[in-house]
Amino acid sequence: MSDVILADFLTIDLPAMLAGSLAALGCALVGNFLILRRQALIGDAISHVVLPGIVLAFIVTGTIAALPMMLGALAAAVVAVGLIELIRHLGRLETGAAMGVVFTTMFAGGVLMLERSAGRGAHLDVQHALYGSLEALLWLGPTDWASLLRPEVLAELPDEIVMLAAVTGSIIATVVLFYKELKISTFDAALADALGYPSKWIGVGLVLATGITAVAAFQAVGSILVIAMFICPPATARMLTDNLARQIWLSGGIAVLAGVLGYLLAAFAPQLFGTVGSLNAAGMIAVVAGLMQTLAMLFAPRYGAVAQSGFVGSLKRSKT
Amino acid sequence: MDRTLIDLLLLQGGFNTTLVTVGAALLGAGAGVIGAFTLLRRQALISDAISHATLPGVALGFLASLALFGDGRIAWMLMLGALATGGLGILATQWIRDHTRLREDAAIGTVLSVFFGLGIVLLSHIQTLKSGGQAGLEAFLLGSTAAMTTSEAWLIAGGSAVVVLATLAMLKEFAAVCFDADHARALGWPVAKIDLAMTFLLLAVLSVGLKTVGLILIIALVIIPPVTARFWTERLGKMVALSGVFGAVACYFGAALSASAPALPTGSLVVLTAAAMFSVSLLLAPARGLVAHGIRLTRFRRRLMLRQALLRLDQGEPMVPRAMRRLIRLGVLDPEGAPTAFGRAMARDASHDHLLWTRYLARHPDEAFAVTGWGTRPITEVLSPDQVDALEAIDQ
Repeated sequence: MSDVILADFLTIDLPAMLAGSLAALGCALVGNFLILRRQALIGDAISHVVLPGIVLAFIVTGTIAALPMMLGALAAAVVAVGLIELIRHLGRLETGAAMGVVFTTMFAGGVLMLERSAGRGAHLDVQHALYGSLEALLWLGPTDWASLLRPEVLAELPDEIVMLAAVTGSIIATVVLFYKELKISTFDAALADALGYPSKWIGVGLVLATGITAVAAFQAVGSILVIAMFICPPATARMLTDNLARQIWLSGGIAVLAGVLGYLLAAFAPQLFGTVGSLNAAGMIAVVAGLMQTLAMLFAPRYGAVAQSGFVGSLKRSKT
Repeated sequence: MDRTLIDLLLLQGGFNTTLVTVGAALLGAGAGVIGAFTLLRRQALISDAISHATLPGVALGFLASLALFGDGRIAWMLMLGALATGGLGILATQWIRDHTRLREDAAIGTVLSVFFGLGIVLLSHIQTLKSGGQAGLEAFLLGSTAAMTTSEAWLIAGGSAVVVLATLAMLKEFAAVCFDADHARALGWPVAKIDLAMTFLLLAVLSVGLKTVGLILIIALVIIPPVTARFWTERLGKMVALSGVFGAVACYFGAALSASAPALPTGSLVVLTAAAMFSVSLLLAPARGLVAHGIRLTRFRRRLMLRQALLRLDQGEPMVPRAMRRLIRLGVLDPEGAPTAFGRAMARDASHDHLLWTRYLARHPDEAFAVTGWGTRPITEVLSPDQVDALEAIDQ
């Protein structure tokens, strides 16, 4: 009996937790730099604009294979960034307004195309686009813990997880390899230019990385909740430390924790309360991430609202 | 389909559809009018946090009305819930911005995604209930007028009308704050209260419009029409009015279009209609449009080229072939490239004009930098005759 439960866990719950954590981890790493550069809403905009790219790729190729979708989404992201710059420049508008025009329009186009092509019998629909399909990931093959690493079982890993692992792996590699460049260009673009690091191109690279992670995570958690992954873990970590390296490590840990905890809560909390069914896992991951951020904003030892107010806070402020 | 669309646009689609379409138009007007002010106050993207934050409220409203009345789809309960959590979203965004080290962009992103996540969790809980009627909740995400009841349509039309009237009533206050908040404060306007009223009207219009446009796209209603209006006018009053008209047209057309065929989500059509108007304005608006800008630029380049060519002609310097061809066409040069009598006179005039401009720059550098057309337009067109005479008199 317990073997059956374990096999179920490994088939149904483990892949969902893996996908959720990998998505959260990849997004959080990129998000650290977005937050420090005050570009958090680029994650918002990009997670919306990839939709038409993905739908177009689907309509053109007829499949939901990873590569064409990734390419379509990246193309859409590039078009969006170009359009935002163009409108901002021509209309003499603030970036926020230009972004609002572009991403709502592109998202609306994506939804319309999606609805019009819905009859063609593929499992790409508006709800999955909005809040993902973590629960639909199945890893057919593993029967117990020891079987997880067997090649024939690993070959059964869902494509989404393989892609997420690849993307998150390359994000980690990029952050490690270009840590110095990213750090300097984030805090002092002029210094980076003076030192010979092209801060403008590093910025473009960051936008591209945001796009790639958003697309990879999109299938698992949907377009809106990607934003929670981009922002909440790094924001939580930022409340806790001033050191960038520490902030990145912390945000990674927080992201994985949110992924695992959120999924477990969504899958098993209803049973604790005696109701049937489960809750939406991607949404729960966002809620857990938000709760952790709230705790940090309130009770962080140095920058938390509690520490900042009252006697202790005033002492600490006077010291700095 | 075309026949039906025309019927629908002419409000011949039956009472319910007509009510929905008119309600949508009112909604668009309200969103456009209040959106114009929030755009000027640089609060455009706060609407994104507000609209996403309404989702848990809608779900809670559903659960509450299910518990109280046995039916989850009581429109005003859902709207009340939306108002409540939307308001909470505003407070949370402002608190994070003002009381932590996180910036506004991170605050907006946090609130919109976490509240939305909570809403999705609640929706997935509602899906497992055996009450029926949950299907209607999906409409709040992307907007749908298809299954709208008469009472819902009345609520939307009425709520939008209230927002429009309230905004019009506070036009003077809003305008004062948008122009110069510090100045308004110094004059004794209660700026914080006016800001609060503005934010509340924004929240109200977003909550009212959820069902029609959907919470993901409704932010477009408070951004695109005002941005479009900006292209046509620099005056606040005109911009607010135009923005209201653009919003009304977008919603009216989008709602009618989506009623004309199945699988046409209302929210997308409304936004795409608004985006079409935006694109036309971007291209064709007289002052700021792309075409007007291009024409101005081309004229300026031509004038500059002509003037440079004439100055070079006067100095006897060589000029680029393109400028030469143009001067031949204008009769300044004869076909062999030698200056005509008319051309020599033109070149002399240009040279003299340039001399006066140079004197003006030397005597009045600040004014010379401020003037439009320094060295490119004839000085007599820009300066008054007295000024020109004064410049002529120098060194004589």
